[in-house]
Amino acid sequence: MSVWRLVIKEIVRRKVNFVSGLVAVTLAAAVLAGSMTILRLHDLRTERILARKERETRQRMAVLEDDYRKIMKNLGFNLLIMPSSQKLSDFYADDAVSAYFPDTYATRLAEAKIVTIRHLLPSLQEKVLWPERKRTVILIGTRGEVPSMFRDAREPILVAVKKGHAVVGHELAESLGLKAGDRITLFGRTFTLSQCNEERGSKDDISIWIDLSEAQGILGKPGRINAILALKCHCAGNELANVRRDVASILPGVQVIEQGSKVLTRAEARDRASQEAAEALAGEVGNRRQLRDELEKFSSILAPLALLASALWVGLVFYTNVRERRGEIGILRALGARTRTILRLFLTKALLMGCAGGLTGYVLGTSIGLARQGEIGVSFLDPRLFLLTFCTAVILSLAASWAPVFYAAQQEPAEVLREE
Amino acid sequence: MLVLERVVKTYPKGNRRITALAPIDLTVRAGEFVAVEGPSGSGKTTCLLIAGGLLDPDSGRALVDGHVLDAMSRNQLAAFRSQNIGFVFQQYHLIPYLSVLENILAPEAARGRSNNQARGRALAEQFGLDHRLDHTPAELSSGEKQRTALARALLFQPKILLADEITGNLDHVNAQIVLGYLREYVKKGGSVLLVTHDREIARQADRVEYLPDPRELEAPR
Repeated sequence: MSVWRLVIKEIVRRKVNFVSGLVAVTLAAAVLAGSMTILRLHDLRTERILARKERETRQRMAVLEDDYRKIMKNLGFNLLIMPSSQKLSDFYADDAVSAYFPDTYATRLAEAKIVTIRHLLPSLQEKVLWPERKRTVILIGTRGEVPSMFRDAREPILVAVKKGHAVVGHELAESLGLKAGDRITLFGRTFTLSQCNEERGSKDDISIWIDLSEAQGILGKPGRINAILALKCHCAGNELANVRRDVASILPGVQVIEQGSKVLTRAEARDRASQEAAEALAGEVGNRRQLRDELEKFSSILAPLALLASALWVGLVFYTNVRERRGEIGILRALGARTRTILRLFLTKALLMGCAGGLTGYVLGTSIGLARQGEIGVSFLDPRLFLLTFCTAVILSLAASWAPVFYAAQQEPAEVLREE
Repeated sequence: MLVLERVVKTYPKGNRRITALAPIDLTVRAGEFVAVEGPSGSGKTTCLLIAGGLLDPDSGRALVDGHVLDAMSRNQLAAFRSQNIGFVFQQYHLIPYLSVLENILAPEAARGRSNNQARGRALAEQFGLDHRLDHTPAELSSGEKQRTALARALLFQPKILLADEITGNLDHVNAQIVLGYLREYVKKGGSVLLVTHDREIARQADRVEYLPDPRELEAPR
């Protein structure tokens, strides 16, 4: 008669006691395995979602780049036509044109059969001191877009400023407290503000736009302009060279430069789109991480609670078992059983309970956890999780039973036998 | 074999101590059957538990085969008991979920050895239990239960057998059968210390020691 056989016979005899403890250990192990499996599934699902999103973003970016390429091709590029006497070094240094040509140049260009140029915006601009407000401003006279004689009528991309009206830049409006409808005095003339522009982050923010003829009057440059801005020029092949040649044939004594680059614009647009895609991806990562944190928080509360409840239950089961077997312990002690034999008798049972509970708990918890795995093919057997669940169940069972078992081993056989 | 020298046992009760066992000197030699007779409350069971090392005396000492029991540690005493002392109780104390044979072999679990199947079967046969080997205690008569307990006590052939009112739950016939087994054991060189309140039973021992009621000894004169 070995201790092992004694344990098995006792378990068979007191099935309810053993099964009751087994259920508690199983539930604790199942909660642990289940919550870990759900977290593992969540991580795998997150990986897949992010991989899919990255793939989709890459595809979208490729499409976007292609779209921009096409759009920019149609958009053409912007040109600035200035007097040939204007030194480019001065223009780039001051960001202003100081030479002039007749304002009829714009009309001549519009009437010419140049298909490469679409929108023409003649202007006269000069940096001046606004005497009434003691502010340095860029005064710009504009007549709006000059319609082309050989093109279909299109919506102008810039509307002219009416006579007696003015438009001011953002910084001027903000610092002087100006708003649409206000009346201002400029060089002794009164203008009604028709618009205050949004912030542009350029010299436009300290500019005042008025009618070209009024500007020519104020600046003492009647019939003169100093630049024509040609927008959305549409070319193919050697673009700038073609436009220069065309313009030179119509307007002698001018020079043409490109303002900005469509390649640069395209890169900027692509960068912006890429940045937005990255932000969207980061947002998704953040959402998934938040969801995981919540799951983890929930698990970190549920699992210890389940373990604690299980430990208490197992402890109670063993306490009951010990009380029930007092006589048995007493007679075994009388027959010569040492303390370690009594400990083995109960701890072997606890070990069996832990092993069986760990196994069934793993199967149960993992099955429940994987029930909603969907398309994610997760292996049922995760060696690390199995080891964790199994060891936790065994340790839980042994630890929870320790106190009552120790109490059993310390019982005085004489007292027990006398009571029995 | 067994010597009790001026052994006394008291228990606390409130502010004073109750004498459970008045001073006793007792010797049981090898091959001797000694009965301790006394009224209820005279400390017979206490005397037996001290003799078996299950209880420490307040004063005096108990020796078995020359070894002072209360000088041993708990585990030393357990090992010594498993080799030298057998116990039989009035309440049998059989393990309810084990069969007769398994109960007889139960000391193996206590001792950590398990190769006494043949010895167990022989004892069962000797005690007329061979037809009950697979039965559980619940399926046995009182006499069979006590014989099972006796067979269990003799599994490792102890030098002394301590029997506590072992005929208390038995009818006359079964009581005689059990006493017959004790005498047979003594004939083979074993020692028996039987405690009983039954004078008829005690008279069948080689020698009878009387235990006075300690309450009478403490009573004011």
